[in-house]
Amino acid sequence: MCGIAGIIHRDGPSDLGTEITTMLQSMKHRGPDSTGYALYGQPDDLIVVRFVLAEPREYGGFGVEERLERSRAEVESRLAKIGAEVATITSPTGYAFRATIRYEGDLKPLADYLEDIPGCEVLSLGNSLEIVKDLGDAATVLEQYSLAGLTGTHAIGHVRMATESDVDLASAHPYWAYPFADVAVVHNGQLTNYHQWRRRLERLGHRFQSECDSEIIAVYLAEKLEGGVPLETAMKTSLDDFDGVFTYLVATDSELGIAKDEMAAKPLVLFESDGLVAMASEEIAIRALVGREVETRDPYEREVLTWQV
Amino acid sequence: MAGLTKSGVVYDARGLVEPDPEPPMTAEIDGDRAVIDATELTTRKINLELKRIVYDEGVNDVTIVNPGSKHSLGVGILKRCRITFEGSPGWYACGLIDGPEVQINGRVGWALGENMMSGSIVVEGPAGSLTGAALRGGDIVVKGSVGARTGIDQKGGTIITLGKAGINTGFMMQRGRQIICGDANDGLGDSMYDGFIYVGGRIASLGVDCVPAEMDESDHEFINRKFEIYDLGTPPELQKFECGKVLHNYDALEPSERKLVL
Repeated sequence: MCGIAGIIHRDGPSDLGTEITTMLQSMKHRGPDSTGYALYGQPDDLIVVRFVLAEPREYGGFGVEERLERSRAEVESRLAKIGAEVATITSPTGYAFRATIRYEGDLKPLADYLEDIPGCEVLSLGNSLEIVKDLGDAATVLEQYSLAGLTGTHAIGHVRMATESDVDLASAHPYWAYPFADVAVVHNGQLTNYHQWRRRLERLGHRFQSECDSEIIAVYLAEKLEGGVPLETAMKTSLDDFDGVFTYLVATDSELGIAKDEMAAKPLVLFESDGLVAMASEEIAIRALVGREVETRDPYEREVLTWQV
Repeated sequence: MAGLTKSGVVYDARGLVEPDPEPPMTAEIDGDRAVIDATELTTRKINLELKRIVYDEGVNDVTIVNPGSKHSLGVGILKRCRITFEGSPGWYACGLIDGPEVQINGRVGWALGENMMSGSIVVEGPAGSLTGAALRGGDIVVKGSVGARTGIDQKGGTIITLGKAGINTGFMMQRGRQIICGDANDGLGDSMYDGFIYVGGRIASLGVDCVPAEMDESDHEFINRKFEIYDLGTPPELQKFECGKVLHNYDALEPSERKLVL
């Protein structure tokens, strides 16, 4: 089933961590297996790298901590070799890491170089984007990663009920649109021409981290953006290119958009005011956020909407 | 912002509320009227309280305030009574009801009045997809727009939409009527078996086996009567659509007779 949510503050930064958690937690019934966030904080000169070196189920196993220590040292070594200066590196969990780096070069070789380390997956790269995802419900992940008080202008999030792929971090949303800085996607639905598009995009040199059909959307948009196609146009063409039933949200450092398939088989409810735009699979998430009755609407089939932050 | 507040609700590992069969006894009853504040109540508790009020207390006019878009509110009420929602219920509101007159002063989510048997539901705002799914009888009036597949598998009753209707409205409709004052999106009446759909606005496309039909005096009489009952003003100019009856097998044979023929 899965649930998705998005929020934009048009009147300045807010406590995104708590707010999007409130929305996601109210939709726990739509997906208790994993929770993920793409949070857009204040843009910084430093690049934030969120990466994992192991799946949660591996952590605590025999010799894993030593392996993670070696992998972490290898990450720092490779960052130095590629010309990135590490400012900070922390780990709230032992297997998931947040690094801030100074780096002027191309992001793709950096991401590829890090992901060449066994077990390493780069969750996000960007000046304002931070993707955080883990197993469990939103309240659990909020606490685990100390997200309360994380301020920013916009965010998207996802609660996942695993249907066609594993309960693991690789299959958890959001997906970063590798190798584009600050682009992330969450999705509710099922893409039935997944394999066709995966083969096509792999032939074009794109990499996939999971077997999850949702990753196609991020990679597809990345491919379009790489070709200079504006985000909204890319989203509109996706409605013709993808088969299946889906609603997805995509965010960049300055935009947030929604796209709904032609069958309108996956829900989305939208609330828009001067200062706040909020959207979610179910209205209950919007009520949980604003705490009162508000006027909302369901976007229609084949509707693509974007907002500037 | 509401923030992460503790509601006192206990959840199991899948996020479902633990079953508790006791009504909360929190409604304020004043003669033949009662008010239930749903703010702190789960879906189960709201419905238990509503049933207690209607069946055990014999109250026939119940108002539910602060429904908070919770799902499956007011389902399975099988008695003539009046239920008013001050605010918006979520999905599957008032499904399987037989008798109540429901007034929703807000919007409503997916699958309003699913399998409703009799009574009426009036929504002041818009309604989501699957409104009146498998509707068997009674009237649903939506003063805003409705989402995709409204009246899917409709088996009777009437759905009146003052706004526009989403894709595949009337999909596999089997009986009953729909009156759509605004536009209808693609696939109107796709694979319908029977029944009538009236549309006042633009139609993006007709579905398979949905064909135009002639309006007659009984259509006008029916539509005018419904608009009068619900105080909806003058109906717009409407086009009528029905099943072309070429898609499905419409012979008059009983199954045993068909076997003999085959």
